[in-house]
Amino acid sequence: MASVADTPKAGFRLGMLIYDTRYRSMTIQVVVMVAFMGGVAWLVDNAIQNLHTLGKDFNFGFLWARSSYDINQRLVEYSNDSTHARALLIGLLNTLLVAFLGCIAATIIGVFAGVLRLSKNWLVGRLMTVYIEIVRNVPVLLWILLAYAALTEALPPLKDFRGDNPAATMSLNDSVAVTNQYTVIPEPLFSRSLGNVDVGIFLISVDLLAIIAVLVGSILVNRAIKAQASRIQEQTGDRPVTWWKSLAVLVLPVVVLLYALGFHLGYPELKRFNFSGGTEISNSLLALWLALSVYTGSYIAEIVRAGILAIPNGQSEAAFALGLRPRRTMNLVILPQALRVIIPPLISQYLNLTKNSSLAIAVGYMDLRGTLGGITLNQTGRELECMLLLMLIYLAISLCISAVMNVYNNSVKLKER
Amino acid sequence: MSGLHADSTRFVRDTMLAEQEPPLTERGAVKWARENLFSGPLNTFLTVVGVFALYLILKGLGPWLLHSVWFANSAAECRETVAADFGPGATGACWGVVRERWAQYFYGFYPSEAYWRVNLAFVLLFVALAPILFAGVPRKVLWFTAFYPVTALFLLWGGSIWVPVVIMAGIAFGWVAFRLLGPFAGALIAAIAAGLVPVLWWLILAAPVAHLIEGWIPLGIEAIPSAKFGGFLLSFTIGVTGIAFSLPLGIVLALGRQSDMPLVKMLSVGFIEFIRGVPLITLLFTASLLLNYFLPPGTNFDIILRVIIMVTLFSAAYIAEVIRGGLAALPRGQYEAADALGLDYWKAQQLIIMPQALKISIPGIVSSFIGLFKDTTLVIFVGLLDPLKGITDAIRGSFEWKGVYWEPFIFPGLIFFLICFGMSRYSMYLENKLKRGQR
Repeated sequence: MASVADTPKAGFRLGMLIYDTRYRSMTIQVVVMVAFMGGVAWLVDNAIQNLHTLGKDFNFGFLWARSSYDINQRLVEYSNDSTHARALLIGLLNTLLVAFLGCIAATIIGVFAGVLRLSKNWLVGRLMTVYIEIVRNVPVLLWILLAYAALTEALPPLKDFRGDNPAATMSLNDSVAVTNQYTVIPEPLFSRSLGNVDVGIFLISVDLLAIIAVLVGSILVNRAIKAQASRIQEQTGDRPVTWWKSLAVLVLPVVVLLYALGFHLGYPELKRFNFSGGTEISNSLLALWLALSVYTGSYIAEIVRAGILAIPNGQSEAAFALGLRPRRTMNLVILPQALRVIIPPLISQYLNLTKNSSLAIAVGYMDLRGTLGGITLNQTGRELECMLLLMLIYLAISLCISAVMNVYNNSVKLKER
Repeated sequence: MSGLHADSTRFVRDTMLAEQEPPLTERGAVKWARENLFSGPLNTFLTVVGVFALYLILKGLGPWLLHSVWFANSAAECRETVAADFGPGATGACWGVVRERWAQYFYGFYPSEAYWRVNLAFVLLFVALAPILFAGVPRKVLWFTAFYPVTALFLLWGGSIWVPVVIMAGIAFGWVAFRLLGPFAGALIAAIAAGLVPVLWWLILAAPVAHLIEGWIPLGIEAIPSAKFGGFLLSFTIGVTGIAFSLPLGIVLALGRQSDMPLVKMLSVGFIEFIRGVPLITLLFTASLLLNYFLPPGTNFDIILRVIIMVTLFSAAYIAEVIRGGLAALPRGQYEAADALGLDYWKAQQLIIMPQALKISIPGIVSSFIGLFKDTTLVIFVGLLDPLKGITDAIRGSFEWKGVYWEPFIFPGLIFFLICFGMSRYSMYLENKLKRGQR
């Protein structure tokens, strides 16, 4: 103990709490802690007082009460007899649906626009620049409203499909009807269906599960075939031709399964008031999907462009010098490096798209904000609980997307020292 | 030998040939087109697709724009004019709606006899911004910039002139406290006092004092409530205030996130991740529905102010992440060099770290600003009249302009485009200007 050399000679003085760097950070943290706790306590105290004045309590029991409102688009069964919790689930699924579709479409649009903007073709490059600049610099709300207005004003109303000499006809060999309220597409039907299985909160079609299982199995077998081919290549130097095996493994089982299940399409038919049969896609979903994909696509295009430009020319030249062919150069040299630049901002664009999907309120699409944060909130008058739940759910979605994409990011990241 | 050579060689050129023009395909427009439009099958295909797309756009929009009607007082009149000029069945844009309703887009429902106040505030905004944006402007203008917030507050909302004066007085008191305490209490105490004094003044004394002086010397202009605000006036009010406050807050949050103190770091990370994880629209709803729950009973403050606070917090979280990227991009040596020079934390930040980190993050910061300005349109969902949906719905819902679909959207969209595009070009200019320092 006596060997401690730099023990301060003078005793502890109060001023050292501020002026001595050894203690200062401690002091600051204590002050911040006290201020933070005090602030939170003040807010909570106010909330308790206010709730008491209003005669309200804080509980989530309302979620199990009857919702008594209808939702036009539902992915799982729901009626106005269901609970508010179920309405929440419907809204959540709708949010996830439009976010999922939007992310896929935005990625496709973005990759095309980003690559084409770099193309040597003058005309296409300019067109893409104009698209990107115009779309990025205008609020996404405008694109949603414009897309919705275009779909409702420019498309034929339902009554145009009627009569002996209709003004509008169904397209694609009478299988798709595009109206100013919704679009009807053929629905997949199974004449020898396996029925549904109840997973607690909703039913899942066994047919769908079977198809997914077969697809996953096919992909796994395909990977095994490719690994086998790689092994042979390592040993002998010749890579066996596998494309026909892959094709057979990927396509045949699914086709056989679909045939066994009696897969066919149910075409929509015009009945007295509406189209019957087929799957209805409401215009609000279409408008939201279109606008969000085009808007986010313009951001992704810039990300893709930056990613490609970030790879120095020397990389592809070095790959060519090693004798790699263009495709393998792309797969082995360019893409792994470009993806490292592209993935992190791409993740935040996916998050932005998911968050922007809450603008569904502008076109009446019943997403999470429309059900839980809209009608449920107004009916039950429980702003505090509803908004808290709404924020927590969005937060959870965001954290899940970041977590999944971070795992992917770590797998493509260049391993440094 | 030479004779043999002369025999076998019939012709020897002794002058240079005159230079010839390159062949037709290798010069001028043809060469350019061959290189840029038809250099291969893929490029030719792309060109054809591009031309076709351009044709479709022009075919759809061209006649509609060419048949524009500028002078009409209703949608029906527009249609009649188009039909009369270009035959029945022709469609034409009806810009009469913009000509008649432009004031609503810019001022919302602000009383028309007070438009000069908005105009003056708008012009003064550029005077206040000039010394920040451009280095050539005399530094003395910065004094005006310091006074601009209260000037704009007074001009836009009106009321008694003593309210902005007592607000400014708070800052003056803080400065005085700093100067008085500085020499004998130390910089830290003085800084704390300079922060506390204005806050106490604003919370406790400011309102009664303003009321008192107002009683002695009544001076002011007509007060205009927030409900009258709308259109681009609202967007600018929220956007400019949000931008002005979110940058400093973002810097503080970014520093907090980099801090060595675990508690400060934890709070900053928690705040940033929470804000970035939820949509702005839920924060705005919180501001309009929930804020009253968390404030002392009976408190009720302006909805525009609440929205500004939420937009500022939202944007600050994003800016903090951008600046964190800039801080991470700085080489470790910069921090170590600052330490070696004996600079303390704040001096090092101020002189070494921040100037470089902010320079790196300019593009990201400006795109956050652009995002914030675009997001001001979301205030429609808490009942404020934004230019995009609020005003447009009001116009489309009116009797005389029923049936005009696209024009009321295109006009505000165009203005948003000009402003946001301008901001992004300015950020490129700034980037280029600052790049010189890096050589």
